[in-house]
Amino acid sequence: MLFFALKRLGVAIFVALTVSVITFSMIYLSGDPAMALAGETATETDIANIREYYGYNRPIFIQYLDWLFRAVQGDFGQSHYLKTDVSNVIFERLPTTMLLGAFAISFALILSIPLGVIAAIRPNSIIDRIALTIAVVGQAMPSFWFALTLMLWFGINWRLLPITGTASWLNFVMPSIALGYYVTPGVMRLTRAGMLEVLGSDYIRTARAKGLRPVRVLFKHALRNAILPVVSLAAVQFGFMLGGSIVIETIFAINGLGFLAWESIQRADLPMMQAIVLVLSIFYILLTLFADLLNAFLDPRVRVG
Amino acid sequence: MVDTALSRAGIPTAEEIIEPSPGALLRKRVFGNTGLIIGALVLLTIVFVAVFASFISPGDPFDQQLARKLIPPFWHDSPKVTWEHPFGTDALGRDYLTRLFYGARISLLIGFAAMLISGVIGTTLGVLAGYFGGRVDMVVNFILTTRLSLPVILVALAVVSLVGSSLSVVIWVLGLLLWDRFAVVMRSATLQIRNLEFVAAAQALGCSTLRIIVSEILPNIVNHLIVVATLEMAHAILLEAALSFLGLGVQPPEPSWGLMVSEAKGLMFFDAWLITIPGAAIFALVLAINLLGDGIRDVTAPENRN
Repeated sequence: MLFFALKRLGVAIFVALTVSVITFSMIYLSGDPAMALAGETATETDIANIREYYGYNRPIFIQYLDWLFRAVQGDFGQSHYLKTDVSNVIFERLPTTMLLGAFAISFALILSIPLGVIAAIRPNSIIDRIALTIAVVGQAMPSFWFALTLMLWFGINWRLLPITGTASWLNFVMPSIALGYYVTPGVMRLTRAGMLEVLGSDYIRTARAKGLRPVRVLFKHALRNAILPVVSLAAVQFGFMLGGSIVIETIFAINGLGFLAWESIQRADLPMMQAIVLVLSIFYILLTLFADLLNAFLDPRVRVG
Repeated sequence: MVDTALSRAGIPTAEEIIEPSPGALLRKRVFGNTGLIIGALVLLTIVFVAVFASFISPGDPFDQQLARKLIPPFWHDSPKVTWEHPFGTDALGRDYLTRLFYGARISLLIGFAAMLISGVIGTTLGVLAGYFGGRVDMVVNFILTTRLSLPVILVALAVVSLVGSSLSVVIWVLGLLLWDRFAVVMRSATLQIRNLEFVAAAQALGCSTLRIIVSEILPNIVNHLIVVATLEMAHAILLEAALSFLGLGVQPPEPSWGLMVSEAKGLMFFDAWLITIPGAAIFALVLAINLLGDGIRDVTAPENRN
């Protein structure tokens, strides 16, 4: 187990370093960042001053190492637009996005796991068909359109929920649904497939033969094993969600990391963009690392194979 | 007479004995799959509309008539409704149906082109990893993990904003980001067949690796490839719509469906149909492609359904 964990950790660090190189080189896509910062009316000396001030005149490799070294210590430099520390702004906004992500993944799991279980108990029944239809329809719905439609009906026509901001937990209802529904088809299918496989296995037949109550067999014996891949999928999807929150936060005006990312892209705030991409990537890497280790801990076959 | 007498005696007729040909079996499975048929029909309709947009549109997608702005679609009960603009007009007085038709071109073009790029990258990586295994597999796995840890929408938005947004930039960015599923599926499909006899036979005959991969491996995994291709095309269309919605995809005045929703979002509380129509179009197209992909999977490999 320790060997597996160390190996997996090594890969994660290597991936994180590669991601940091990609994130860093992103700012050079627009050509010279100093020129982009200076604007169209700038003179040669202005550009040279900016290059000097932000250190863009150093060799790229040195710039990268400097940036990485500071980033590891939690210093992402100054925001070009807000003129404050990037890390302060990010850590101020991060909790909101985490909260939204947690609500969204909870909504997705609460909806999709029972549906998946029911679908697996009676394969090809009406309920199974309905669940599969929900999955197919859910995958085709553009999230921004779904969010706007929710807003229109629940916020404006029926006046049930507040449409923007983060004043109370009610404000999070629609954004969580809009962000979480996209995950439900995947989780539901995986739960259904896992349950179908487990329910056909010998130990379930034994449990039933012993005369255990069907509910107990289903939840204590079957779901426990079928849920394993769902846990890792949920962890991975949580990471994807934080990235996808940019669309939902922009629509519902939620002051989280996604909204910040959108604002920074609009303002061409390069250090902020770099930092957000890196933070979200690292978070995703940590989540997958956690999921892999959990799986290896619970299922010895993963460690060996 | 003889015929009926025989069958009455319990002897099966010729039709009952002869097994249906493989073609007939395939036809039966294809036409028995409702999702596949619906998906294919809707997709064909949208492709038809996109190809012949300039012939069947009632107007010009860029023609603004400010005097006739915000006419509601025909199912609305309003004195402004006119059959000259069956789906109404937008805030600049452009015919909405025409823009919808031309928008189909952009969605299909971006979806298809991005899918081709990501398909080439992902299939190459996946087949190499599956065929060679070992170190190659490790390297591909590493590239894949790195790609997966980058948040797609965020990186796409950032790159498009830095490079400058245009149709080809959107296509390349999406193509370079969406190859992960191709790689995963192609790798496991290749793994399943690389040790089969016909591959070993080709190796024993001295075929080059390239030839084995191209003419022995690829034809046998092409059905998986088609299924992933449909899913990824749908994915690319959804992402293009999201990018355009956020203002960093297709640029005005081009009629992209995502952009149409974005342009109408300020008016959605007064004229909800402005966002309903293009949104429903994206939904219908993506649903059709997904149904088609699921259908193809059910027909070619029914054992993978669950």
